[in-house]
Amino acid sequence: MPDARVSPLLETSALTKEFRGFRAVSEVDLAVEQGTVHALVGPNGAGKTTLFNLLTGFLTPTSGTIRFDGRDITGQQPEQIAHLGVARSFQITSLFDQMSVVDHVELALASPTGLGYRFWRSAGQMRRFRERAMALLGEVGLADRAGAYAGSLAYGQKRALELALALALDPKLLLLDEPTAGMGLEDVDRTIALVKKVSAGRTVVFVDHNMHVVGSLADTVTVLQSGKVLAQGTYDQVRTDERVVTAYLGQAG
Amino acid sequence: MSAQLEQRVDVELPTEPSAVGRRPVVRWAMLVVGLIVTLALPWFVYPPVAMDIAAWALFAISVDLLLGYTGLLSFGHAAFWGTSAYTTGLIAINSGLPFPVAILGGAVVAMLLAVPIGYLSVRRTGIYFAMVTLAFAQMIYFIANQWRSVTGGENGLQGIPKNLGGLTDLVNSDSFYFYYAALPIILIGVFIAWRTVNSPFGRVLVAIRDNPARARALGYDVERYKIMAFVLSAGLAGLAGGVFAVSHGFASLQELIWTTSGKVVLITVLGGIGTLWGPVLGAALVVSLEDQLASSGFNGTGIITGAIFVVIVLAFRHGIWGTARNGINAWLRKRRQGARSD
Ligand SMILES: Nc1ncnc2c1ncn2[C@@H]1O[C@H](COP(=O)(O)OP(=O)(O)O)[C@@H](O)[C@H]1O
Ligand SMILES: [Mg+2]
Repeated sequence: MPDARVSPLLETSALTKEFRGFRAVSEVDLAVEQGTVHALVGPNGAGKTTLFNLLTGFLTPTSGTIRFDGRDITGQQPEQIAHLGVARSFQITSLFDQMSVVDHVELALASPTGLGYRFWRSAGQMRRFRERAMALLGEVGLADRAGAYAGSLAYGQKRALELALALALDPKLLLLDEPTAGMGLEDVDRTIALVKKVSAGRTVVFVDHNMHVVGSLADTVTVLQSGKVLAQGTYDQVRTDERVVTAYLGQAG
Repeated sequence: MSAQLEQRVDVELPTEPSAVGRRPVVRWAMLVVGLIVTLALPWFVYPPVAMDIAAWALFAISVDLLLGYTGLLSFGHAAFWGTSAYTTGLIAINSGLPFPVAILGGAVVAMLLAVPIGYLSVRRTGIYFAMVTLAFAQMIYFIANQWRSVTGGENGLQGIPKNLGGLTDLVNSDSFYFYYAALPIILIGVFIAWRTVNSPFGRVLVAIRDNPARARALGYDVERYKIMAFVLSAGLAGLAGGVFAVSHGFASLQELIWTTSGKVVLITVLGGIGTLWGPVLGAALVVSLEDQLASSGFNGTGIITGAIFVVIVLAFRHGIWGTARNGINAWLRKRRQGARSD
């Protein structure tokens, strides 16, 4: 990767989002280098999910720009950004309740092929993705629930399916919004191991409140507070940063 | 026991909890029964009424493709049914071509009309989508009403011929024969709808219906899919409207008025959305009921069907078909459990 050091895979400059005058994301400069794992932390309401929505085109920035993989993607539609190689998982589990688990993954795998437009073909065509779908479900530990409706999954399993869907798109940039929220210890460790595995050769940005997860995975960390970047650096730098310590002690009390 | 269950899950993916309409045997049985009833219909029902049932069934299926499978409530589908009725009539009158060709022409024009209307309305969702489609349909109604030289204004378009090459005399002699001549067009329409909802495209539509944001995050261009579904649906409504116009021998403003859009939504919801069978059942019930009421000299048909609609929708949220299916499934499950505990 010759140009990895030349320019970051993802770069925002002065990215701002206002909701009726309220600044949820304020002048955020973020640079994520190719092949790194980046954590986004901060208290609830800091603007992390809003930032993800801006990066994936679900919200249009009030001002500022987003560059991904050498091009300006500011204002592009979510499906366009997905095709460029950005996949996300949602903080609030967001699935198709009436669809089986394996159908979810097949639908994600079919997305870049254009098979979805073939209204004259049999839905059985989707089975060509079955093998790959089952392999992905195996990776996230859901192989034995492949036939179940997504609506019937336990919470942690829904999170795992979110991850499988994002992985199915084989993205250059993987955005995970609280992938371990609500998981038991065992599932948290499995998710850490899984993210570690899939982050080889990939760039990952994730939000998590669990400092064990952040410490195990993140090369670099950005701390957001009230929509602004409070601190940025390696996990150890950020952890000992005075402003961060103050902010966290301040709110922990 | 549980290991056994899990293994079965692996073998027959995906497991669907609904037995009716899912197990291949049941599906084929329903299809055969449906075909026999359709073919036998003009023996039991006055043939023009049988033809009306078939046409309205396809019209309602076209609405179900949007409402039941894509999550879009079109309140302006009379625009496509009516535009095709007029176009079919104009082609048949002016060219003398066989009526299936005229109907095909009507359906194509309905689809062309659906491109700009779909493009401009799919950005809206829910009630706003319904309102935008209604507004466009009212515009088409207005144009047809004003453009007397072509549409005949309030008099409608009279004398649409039933041309069919060497069979013209036969299909003109008796509406019984016309039913069988026109039925293949309806069946082709139903087949297209069935193929569509059981295709990869149909899978994406259901995904869009259930969670559009997620579908977009997976890279699906939701607006484009909705426009495609809208245009396909308009084509089916067009086929139905064309058959209706040729069957009656005229096209009138009645075909374009908003109550026609309302009636087809009523039929669809009454029968049960998201099933394809539901709209067929709804059409059979509403059209034959209206015929009964009309032939008994009763004037308040709209009030009666409206009242029945309200009662059924309140009592059976999933429509007649959906409610019956859920009932049968519950009964099957119970019976199976009973058999196991014996
Ligand atoms: N669509 C919206 N409209 C108005 N306010 C919003 C909207 N989305 C988020 N916000 C507000 O923006 C702030 C940041 O929210 P969010 O990005 O969800 O925070 P986080 O993910 O860091 O917990 C919150 O105060 C939230 O209430
Ligand atoms: Mg959040």
